[in-house]
Amino acid sequence: MTADLVNLYRTMVRIRAFELAAEQASAGGVAVWGQSADPRTKVRGPLHVSIGQEAVAAGVCARLQREDLLTSSHRGHGHTLAKGASMQRMMAELFGRSDGCNGGRGGSMHIADFSVGMLGANGVVAAGLPIACGAAHALKLRGQPHIVACFFGDGAVNRGPFLEALNWACVYQLPLLFVCEDNRWSATSRTDTLTAGPGVVARAQALGVAGFAVDGNDVQAVSELARRLVAEVRGGHGPRLLHAVTWRVRGHLSADQQGYRAPEDIAAATETDPISRTRQHLLHTGTPQQDLAAIEEQVANEVRNALAFAEASPLPHAHQAFNEVQTLGAGTWH
Amino acid sequence: MALSTLTYAQAAALAVGEAMLRDDSVVVLGEDVGRGGIFQQYKGLQEEFGAHRVIDTPISESTIAGSGVGMALAGLRPVVELRVIDFALCAMDEIVNQAAKNRFMFGGQGRVPVVLRMPIGLWGSSAAQHSQSLEAWFAHLPGVAVMCPATPQDNYTLLSQALCGEDPIVYLEHKELWGLQGPVDHADMLPAGRARVLRTGDDLTMVSWSAAVHVAQAAAEQLAVEGVQASVIDLRTLWPWDRHTVIADSARTGRLLVVHEAVQVAGFGAEVAATAAQHCGCQVSRVGAPRIPVGYAPTLEAVSRLKPDKVVRAARELLANHPRPRLK
Repeated sequence: MTADLVNLYRTMVRIRAFELAAEQASAGGVAVWGQSADPRTKVRGPLHVSIGQEAVAAGVCARLQREDLLTSSHRGHGHTLAKGASMQRMMAELFGRSDGCNGGRGGSMHIADFSVGMLGANGVVAAGLPIACGAAHALKLRGQPHIVACFFGDGAVNRGPFLEALNWACVYQLPLLFVCEDNRWSATSRTDTLTAGPGVVARAQALGVAGFAVDGNDVQAVSELARRLVAEVRGGHGPRLLHAVTWRVRGHLSADQQGYRAPEDIAAATETDPISRTRQHLLHTGTPQQDLAAIEEQVANEVRNALAFAEASPLPHAHQAFNEVQTLGAGTWH
Repeated sequence: MALSTLTYAQAAALAVGEAMLRDDSVVVLGEDVGRGGIFQQYKGLQEEFGAHRVIDTPISESTIAGSGVGMALAGLRPVVELRVIDFALCAMDEIVNQAAKNRFMFGGQGRVPVVLRMPIGLWGSSAAQHSQSLEAWFAHLPGVAVMCPATPQDNYTLLSQALCGEDPIVYLEHKELWGLQGPVDHADMLPAGRARVLRTGDDLTMVSWSAAVHVAQAAAEQLAVEGVQASVIDLRTLWPWDRHTVIADSARTGRLLVVHEAVQVAGFGAEVAATAAQHCGCQVSRVGAPRIPVGYAPTLEAVSRLKPDKVVRAARELLANHPRPRLK
């Protein structure tokens, strides 16, 4: 049990370290509020980090198998790392380099590693839900024993595809775990001020999908609920929904200074930090401090290596812009 | 080898049925497909292949198209039925941001071989939301191929090819062609991107696609009576499209008239005309619908409906304004 929690801790620390490094490398990289982007910035454009939300990715993905599939939102680095993608290639993708997992074509918002079943982050809210339905439908039709985990945020439950996809998954009894990673913010608006009714679990129940809420900053609780729901989904009992209530610590984009947010709101988000909670718990229950320090040191090295790998990788040649568009009618038509 | 006479709808059902027989990853999903689809273009397929492969879906266009993308990524080859193109507008994110972008955006990790069937065009007295020809929207979209069959032969040929490729295909049958009968040669696999030259004349080149091809042909026959000889080229696919055939014939006749049912303003005819003019210096003209929604009353619908007379008038004008072809 402790070994399992240590592994969850390691995953969370890896996600946090990756996000912090990406955030640092993105400083000045997006044009906002009258400032133009600094062309020397390594990670350019919108960067959505999941600092403070690591327990959701770690807890759910720990219960998935490599062959299981996953779709994600625009805030998808954590899910991708937790599903097993290479940190080096992810960092190279954020740098827009040719050794990135998408060859530099996608960046942060479209991070994906199909080789570990991670079918893509998505720049459009709720767009992953219909895709997850199709992937789960294919697994079921092909008689494969795998499942799909579909991560989306609290803002997604107000889009039409949420209703369509839950109904669809229930109608066809698909092997699909919906994970609502509720960080309480829809970009710069509090989601609860814009959402009617008793919430996502009630919406799921109304569509015939059994849904369960959990403290999304308690990695043990998330992983135990995920263990049960993944087993039910894998057992052919149809879709389930896991509602993980967490907090967004940073802004919508890394460049977002959150002037719209009350200081106590940010303080509450920081106080319940899932990583320090788990660290405390592990120390209290007898895990030697040096074991945790060793993990932290390993992760720091891994991030340093990832940054060096990304830095060393060349930008893609401009002719790559014409590749992988399509097969019929491919070429340099203007 | 086999030559049969089929309707446009039967030719489509034949192509899908053959694909389902040879490839068990081919599945169909959409509203009412189990009963054969509202145009009977899936007739008999659910009886033959079962409800698990010919899947009746809720009226959920986003998820019909989006799950087509997910199915394709997970190894299936889905035929996605969106009923009419007007309803496909409820699935524009899934088509434009997901299906069309997936391969490029994710660095070529995946392929999305999904055939998105969304019939275009007028459909007698169906008014503004069931009558649109929006093929230009999709020709403008990198990442998809766009197919517009005009005949039972090409509905068989192009649909068969769409079900063998690795691209998302925007497959645009025409709502008023379902009952059209014609010969279907199973061996005719003229590739996408190659036009069919239906007749050759020396006075002007007419280029068209989908149902408008038949209007262009009727116009060419009327013109022939007047002693004007027109070539008629059926483009068949708008992406890729057969620039070489169009440019070669336009260079020979010196005059190009593009004929389509869609609204003329910013239609694909503008692309064809501009490309030909740029490459061979021919004189160009276009015939399309006025920029108005399609009206219900017969008198109103007729304003949007392409008729041979309108094409004949446009051809006469082109000839009158440019009496001597400039050959290059």
